Amino acid sequence: MNEKVTSIKVAGLGGMGVLKSSLILAEVFFRQGLDVKKAEVHGMSQRGGSICSDVRFGKKVFSPMIPAGTIDFLVLFQEDQFPLYEAECSPDTVILKPTAIDLSRLGNRKALNVAMIGLLSRHLDVPVDAWLKVIREILPQKLHEVNEAAFELGRLSA
Amino acid sequence: MERKFLMGNEAVALGALHAGAARGAGYPGTPSSEILEVFNQLGGKAEWAPNEKVAAEVALGVSFAGVRSFATMKHVGLNVAADVLFTAAYSGVDGALVFVVADDPGMASSQNEQDSRRYAVAAGVPLLEPSDSQEAYDFARCAFEISERWKIPVILKLTTRVCHSGTVVTPRAPDADLPAAHFERNIPYHVMVPGHARPAHRRLRQKLAEIAEWNEKNGPNKEIKGSKDLGILVSGVAFEHAREAAPEASFFKIGMSCPLPVKPMLDFIASVDRAVVIEENDPYMADAVRAAGGTVESAPEMYRFGELNVNRVRRILAGDTSPEAVPSKGRPPQLCAGCPHAVTFEILKQNNCIVAGDIGCYTLAALQPLAAMDTQICMGASLGVGLGLRHVLPREEAKRVVSVIGDSTFVHSGLTGLAEMTYNVPETGHVLLILDNSTTAMTGQQEHPGTGRLLDHTPTNRLDYEKVARAMNVPNVGTFDPVQQRAAFEAALIEALGKNELTVLIVRRPCILAMVRKGVKPADAEG
Ligand SMILES: Cc1ncc(C[n+]2csc(CCOP(=O)(O)OP(=O)(O)O)c2C)c(N)n1
Ligand code: SF4
Repeated sequence: MNEKVTSIKVAGLGGMGVLKSSLILAEVFFRQGLDVKKAEVHGMSQRGGSICSDVRFGKKVFSPMIPAGTIDFLVLFQEDQFPLYEAECSPDTVILKPTAIDLSRLGNRKALNVAMIGLLSRHLDVPVDAWLKVIREILPQKLHEVNEAAFELGRLSA
Repeated sequence: MERKFLMGNEAVALGALHAGAARGAGYPGTPSSEILEVFNQLGGKAEWAPNEKVAAEVALGVSFAGVRSFATMKHVGLNVAADVLFTAAYSGVDGALVFVVADDPGMASSQNEQDSRRYAVAAGVPLLEPSDSQEAYDFARCAFEISERWKIPVILKLTTRVCHSGTVVTPRAPDADLPAAHFERNIPYHVMVPGHARPAHRRLRQKLAEIAEWNEKNGPNKEIKGSKDLGILVSGVAFEHAREAAPEASFFKIGMSCPLPVKPMLDFIASVDRAVVIEENDPYMADAVRAAGGTVESAPEMYRFGELNVNRVRRILAGDTSPEAVPSKGRPPQLCAGCPHAVTFEILKQNNCIVAGDIGCYTLAALQPLAAMDTQICMGASLGVGLGLRHVLPREEAKRVVSVIGDSTFVHSGLTGLAEMTYNVPETGHVLLILDNSTTAMTGQQEHPGTGRLLDHTPTNRLDYEKVARAMNVPNVGTFDPVQQRAAFEAALIEALGKNELTVLIVRRPCILAMVRKGVKPADAEG
């Protein structure tokens, strides 16, 4: 990876696993030996409000928050949240929506967050094993199977 | 040591652990709450106190035993603990004592955006401002060292962005060979009567003069040489935004902002053609360097509202005061489906009550669609404000006033309000509802003295609200499940509103989200 900082915004509603998935993303890039920063606002999220998390990685990252107009990937867990972040996107922003995933093949709706990570992983130069290792470490054992399947599903979706 | 990826709060907890803190005490408050929880998970001794003042007192007691301690709170918690801080600054400490205080510029989840640096100046204690998790760790260690070296409480000031942002941290070896706890009688230093406090105040000012000198020479501040055209004086996370906004500029980054390293700041200002102070919240550093004779630019007034980011720093540097784009709001938080608070506020609304409210999840009842809370200022205010209204409103209006407070908030600062209620009794009496959902839900479900469980969820004594109310001579005390006993609860409320007596109703039903987290399905939670 080059000197450029890559900025990913993950967005959804409280309870959809936004914070968990940004933690997985940050941990994966961290283990690649990169500088990583993650910014999010906690509190009140449990009551279904809009929620987002910024993850930035590269050789050296300064601000933990993505400056407006520089989002590289916007990962939406719920499509109707797009208007909130539209103004922060640029023409180059890659927008990933849950409609890309065949929900009927998702074992558990709660694993949508990991399926979206799978979808995002297609765009990033990180080996599949590195993703799965972190997913297994961060999620409790009883959720491994369904989330590994969700990651695969996302990775094979387009 | 191996590098780690940590949230600012986790880094502070690790720093306190590596500094050998014997005990951490606090009261929950976003964005500070995770510090003690993580400290406990890492093996440290941590406790939730009933409120921030008690937490600070416990921490001071630990320090008087010669070992290291810290107290955590959000910025408004320091208002509650301020009485401890101001005089502990005089008495001084034995083991290190660090106040970890988390400000919330932008009010992501607070009732105001007060700037804790003002407290450091007012109380006369040093204050450190980390900008990321590495500094949160390093400055936590540094705060313990400064506190012990000068025997003075130190504030470690965080902000929401530092607390809840993750960045890379490389820890250092933990402190070893710390002394064991032991009490040394020292009455002139530990008993602040006027005769002892007068020399103590002089000692405090002497310590501050020495710390100021140390900060100018060896403090945790850093200068980054860049272009002479632009020099930026900056503290906290704004440093990261400014580096990104103006990578070519020279920087003077202030790590200890009380007492400020005035001389190096003035030297820096003199070394560049244009000097700009970038800081969140109040123009604290800008005012101070100007008072010391420095010529600097600072952010126009509009930027003291809310937190900074890269684009706002660019605008400040460009002197841009054109209106900013209003960020899209998104879906606001709501009470969870099935939240027990919802029923209570439906009933209050149907009965046309004037609701003196308090802070917690239930404050969401003030918003649409319920719009059933009429006042909310600070924790515990439901009692005093409700009583004030009862005292002066015309009789028919006064009789509609109800004070409503959550269980954690009641223990935090409602007990004294209840004493007021039974002491200065309004002519129409008064009605208090204690919403007992058996947790501090708002801040992520922490335990408190009313849950009967400690920070680590193990059992302890449980404060009994019914007995407390009776012991304080409240004649009418009742307990209801607002869902299962809705009709009886409403009837009891109407009866209470009808008579000119004091009534306390405990509205008891567990928080749905806490039940789900514990693995109890809401259905099993019935009853
Ligand atoms: C002095 C102070 N400390 C902490 C907070 C943060 N805070 C607001 S309400 C609250 C407690 C809420 O618990 P409770 O009263 O039990 O209501 P619940 O959220 O459970 O409904 C806390 C910790 C604050 N606003 N002010
Ligand atoms: S977290 Fe608990 S108290 Fe808060 S809104 Fe949800 S159910 Fe109600």
